[in-house]
Amino acid sequence: MFFSFEEKKLRKVPRFANACGAITTTKKGAIPALPSDKKTLACSSHDLLFFQTKAPFSLTRSVKKTKPANAMAMALRLYLLLLVFLSSAIVSFSLYEDQVGLMDWHQRYIGKVKHAVFHTQKTGRKRVIVSTEENVVASLDLRHGEIFWRHVLGTKDAIDGVDIALGKYVITLSSEGSMVRAWNLPDGQMVWETSLHSAQHSKSLLSVPVNLKVDKDYPILVFGGGYLHAVSPIDGEVLWKKDFTAEGFEVQRVLQPLESSIIYVLGFLHSSEAIVYQIDSKSGEVVAEKSKAFPGGFSGEVASVSNDKVVVLDSTRSILVTISFVDEEISFQKTLISDLVEDSGEAEILSPLLSNMLAVKVNKRTIFVRVGDQGKLEMVDSLSDETAMSDSLPVADDQVAFASVHHEGSKIHLTVKLVDDLDTVLLRESIQMDQHRGRVDKVFINNYIKTDRSNGFRALIVMEDHSLLLLQQGAIVWSREEGLASVTDVTTAELPVEKDGVSVAKVEHTLVDWLKGHILKLKGSLLLASPEDVVAIQEMRMKSSGRSKLTRDHNGFRKLFIALTRAGKLYALHTGDGRIVWSTLLKSPACARPSGISLYQWQVPHHHAMDENPSVLVVGRCGSDSSSPGVLSFVDVYTGKEISSSDIGHSVVQVMPLPFTDSTEQRLHLIADTDGHVHLYPKTSEALSIFQREFQNVYWYNVEGDDGIVRGHGMKSSCSGETADEYCFTTRELWTVVFPSESEKIISTLTRKPNEVVHTQAKVSTDQDVLYKYVSRNLLFVATVSPKGAGEIGSVTPEESALVVYLIDTVTGRILHRLSHQGCQGPVHAVFSENWVVYHYFNLRAHKYEVTVVEIYDQSRAENKNVWKLVLGKHNLTAPISSYSRPEMFTKSQSYFFPQSVKTIAVTSTAKGITSKQLLIGTIGDQILALDKRFVDPRRTLNPSQAEKEEGIIPLTDSLPIIPQSYITHSLKVEGLRGIVTAPAKLESTTHVFAYGVDLFYTRLAPSKTYDSLTDDFSYALLLITIVALVAAIYITWALSEKKELSEKWR
Amino acid sequence: MAPIIRSSPALAFLVLQISLIFFASTLPYSSGSEDSYTITGRVKIPPSNVIGHLSKFSNVKVILNGGQSVTFLRPDGYFSFHKVPAGTHLIEVSAMGYFFSPVRVDVSARHHGKVHATLTETRRSLTELVLEPLREEHYYEIREPFSILSVVKSPMGLMVGFMVVVVFLMPKLMENIDPEEMKQAQEEMRRQGVPSLSSLLPSAGASR
Repeated sequence: MFFSFEEKKLRKVPRFANACGAITTTKKGAIPALPSDKKTLACSSHDLLFFQTKAPFSLTRSVKKTKPANAMAMALRLYLLLLVFLSSAIVSFSLYEDQVGLMDWHQRYIGKVKHAVFHTQKTGRKRVIVSTEENVVASLDLRHGEIFWRHVLGTKDAIDGVDIALGKYVITLSSEGSMVRAWNLPDGQMVWETSLHSAQHSKSLLSVPVNLKVDKDYPILVFGGGYLHAVSPIDGEVLWKKDFTAEGFEVQRVLQPLESSIIYVLGFLHSSEAIVYQIDSKSGEVVAEKSKAFPGGFSGEVASVSNDKVVVLDSTRSILVTISFVDEEISFQKTLISDLVEDSGEAEILSPLLSNMLAVKVNKRTIFVRVGDQGKLEMVDSLSDETAMSDSLPVADDQVAFASVHHEGSKIHLTVKLVDDLDTVLLRESIQMDQHRGRVDKVFINNYIKTDRSNGFRALIVMEDHSLLLLQQGAIVWSREEGLASVTDVTTAELPVEKDGVSVAKVEHTLVDWLKGHILKLKGSLLLASPEDVVAIQEMRMKSSGRSKLTRDHNGFRKLFIALTRAGKLYALHTGDGRIVWSTLLKSPACARPSGISLYQWQVPHHHAMDENPSVLVVGRCGSDSSSPGVLSFVDVYTGKEISSSDIGHSVVQVMPLPFTDSTEQRLHLIADTDGHVHLYPKTSEALSIFQREFQNVYWYNVEGDDGIVRGHGMKSSCSGETADEYCFTTRELWTVVFPSESEKIISTLTRKPNEVVHTQAKVSTDQDVLYKYVSRNLLFVATVSPKGAGEIGSVTPEESALVVYLIDTVTGRILHRLSHQGCQGPVHAVFSENWVVYHYFNLRAHKYEVTVVEIYDQSRAENKNVWKLVLGKHNLTAPISSYSRPEMFTKSQSYFFPQSVKTIAVTSTAKGITSKQLLIGTIGDQILALDKRFVDPRRTLNPSQAEKEEGIIPLTDSLPIIPQSYITHSLKVEGLRGIVTAPAKLESTTHVFAYGVDLFYTRLAPSKTYDSLTDDFSYALLLITIVALVAAIYITWALSEKKELSEKWR
Repeated sequence: MAPIIRSSPALAFLVLQISLIFFASTLPYSSGSEDSYTITGRVKIPPSNVIGHLSKFSNVKVILNGGQSVTFLRPDGYFSFHKVPAGTHLIEVSAMGYFFSPVRVDVSARHHGKVHATLTETRRSLTELVLEPLREEHYYEIREPFSILSVVKSPMGLMVGFMVVVVFLMPKLMENIDPEEMKQAQEEMRRQGVPSLSSLLPSAGASR
């Protein structure tokens, strides 16, 4: 310790104390002894440094907030005391089985339904088999919409068709018609799997015989990859196959008339000649072949209307051609669409399978055309454009019905009609529908016999937001929010503050109830509870403490996760129980449905503008092309109402949130377009003046992955040109990093999270040395791999592939570090936090996955360890951190084996960055493993010294451990895992974790256990009993001592 | 084409026969491209007493090359990957409750797709592609049964224990002290005005 009478130095004293406190917390077990001078000075000088930082682009701006020095230090010391008590050597996430569902929730989804097949036999449970765009095949309970079973196929294994065979197997066709699988209907066990030969890309068609008898004569017909296969439904054996890979020949339809042994294969040769093959269904021999040229040429979809006719459009899309092919000769019959409807334009045949009828979309109207016996066409009905139709469904008495659904205001109308007689309406229902579900996309119908022997219908509808609903008897029986299976971006938002006078939670407990509850809990934690008690405890926990309240709580445990889905719908999910608080479908004046790209926090009021509601910015785009115009939408987080939405008139390539906010706490954003201009948002003069002030300090970069170039840009001037406004700016190229295309291909880039908080820059090692983390916002991690190694594992030998990683400063373009891994390849999954990067890749030599950690330190500040230098002011700690300066760096790295493939990696983040970090590794098995950062510490050695052990350095092992208890998903799977998002709670020890894929999973993690709060299990009853006992003991001993004193006085 | 080389010649012959049959059934469909093969193997999970063992079995996934293709198990535990090019591949098994080592699989182009498999975790070479879990995984902590020790160890227990020590052991310690010394000490304390226990309590001083 030092003393000084100068005022200047006196000021350092509280800082010194602060640093002492901070070190006692960062360095575990340091509490008995005060930290040494060196460390403290290092730390306090770091504080100095933070106050004087002036960053070029304030991505590097300091994140540390000033805090009341001594009180905080005290509080931290208390934390530490608790830490010492509570933390064991290696803190792993662990859960008791009865704690499942207390902090976490899990939601299972399937995705947007593509096909649905009903299975409603009289016996057994009624179910519907669906296949979805997320490559899921699932069996749903028709009564409640729950999932009986579900399988998520591989990402490249898109499902082309699904059907039920033999009444007991679900048949799926996937991978462009080259993979047929059969699943057991009741439990989803795979029964057989057959890979079919495929030679070319083509349509894939699945045709399963309707016949329910177990009969080999009716094989499953599969067309895909240019081959027609007949597959036995019993064991998947390929009975025969037929080659249709002839040049220019495209198979359009495979038809098998009922009770017929002849299969008709209709195809077009060069789109101008119709060819029909007749194939014997037993042997696969071609019995007959007919062809006839059609001079007009065909285009578009083929509609098969009956067993002997199809209808197709000619190449001008104005003539419907009926092709009859069963007779001796193929015959064409042309009908002008203008003969059917008055003002005809380009027509399009819609896909539903209707018998003797076809639906054609002309001029935004859907017309129904009946196909007469002689191939004569006549229009029978027309409907507005926004009508969805089902396939036809055989109902009683050889009649065929179909359903159509259309919108009208806030209602949808479901109509079921007979195909033969459109005037006979079997069912007409109107159902109130949430506007935020959009239009009806698909309809599947199924019939049942009512008690009065009439037909009842149930309809499964898929809405524009991907949700799935079952309609029956004029009501929505159940609905599934399947949009949540395709989450593209997630952000967090706070809930509103609890207002005075509005007490949301009632105090319903009396003291006795409260005590009873706690005694029950106590029993439970001591394992003395009976099974009924356990149930009661579980129930009490689940509904405890208003965890699903819609207001902010003190610990920040209640939050909203805002999720943007591919359908362009925004959902707000409550962290307490996972329910949807609100949802809104994005709209745009320019296009009907913009697709969502990304989400940003637009306005987060905390200091000023407290009366404003926070809002999020949704960036979307009209169309799938990257040059299509963008759409911005601002959504109020509390209510879910769209505040405004605008077409911005330019494309969106990159969105950059700037670290500036205006007086209403709206964050400034820059949006780069395809022309190399950037646009400032919000478009206010205030934002402009803030931006102009920092104009010279704004840099951005872009990565051109295909060309292997990373470019850095600076701001140049305002845009010139007529259309440009004052919020548009041109940029100049400052630097480029070009990777040699013949040897390196960019496969992954990554930066730090912009809102990450770093607690301390100094890191104290065991030998009392101080390392300074190089904490810069402007670091870019780039991983490149040899072009040969960019493919899958197994496609390259170790000699041919090398993985190189770079750390690049995005302001100057300086390459700070380069590390090459020979004989390794991607895919690279990385996480970047503070001053370290951890990345996962494949080592071809060892044929194992590896994880490497790289930590980067600032050498130039390492010389400030001398106390005297600091006292005499001969240190460089007051020098501003700047990306322009070229400080000396050094890195430390270490590699470990990891025994699993990885889908994604994330890192926990806490409010102040004090709590130690955990890596969250999404494994190939769709589980999430929490791995302490201490396992990926480059300071690990084979034999750590005693001091190092005390500091928590784990002996070096060649592979990272997988401790089953540290799977945060415990016995659940987040099927189709795509991303993990972490967000800090207000409580320093705790972090929110949200994982999305086909499923959603949320939990709250405390990487160093909850050292700053009591756990839910804390037994207040025991505390109370102890206090009472202590007080009683005090009085008893007092009485005894009084008595003794009295007797002594008598003596 | 199970990678079946056994030491016993008779068995090897049998196995060869089986694999030939397999060839016969699969080869015709992969004839178009000479360099793609089928890897067939089996996942064996030891029967456990856990209820729902069967449902576990139906949720097992077998993953080739970190997600390039995913397949499922047949009821007998067999799985196969089709159209796999020759080279060195990685097979992983994802089964809840079990840890499987990834398997390095070499598909030889020279020997018509003969498969050689090695567990990457234990470096054990497999004679046939039968995958067994290395260990079971338990995702939950087991609650310790109630014991006196755990109560004693808890903060409350420690407090009570301390109290007991003070109440019962302190008088014993006092006894050992020489009474005269004790008196001296007490007098000293009185002089310094150190409050005794009795004077601390309310009403103690007033009553007597």
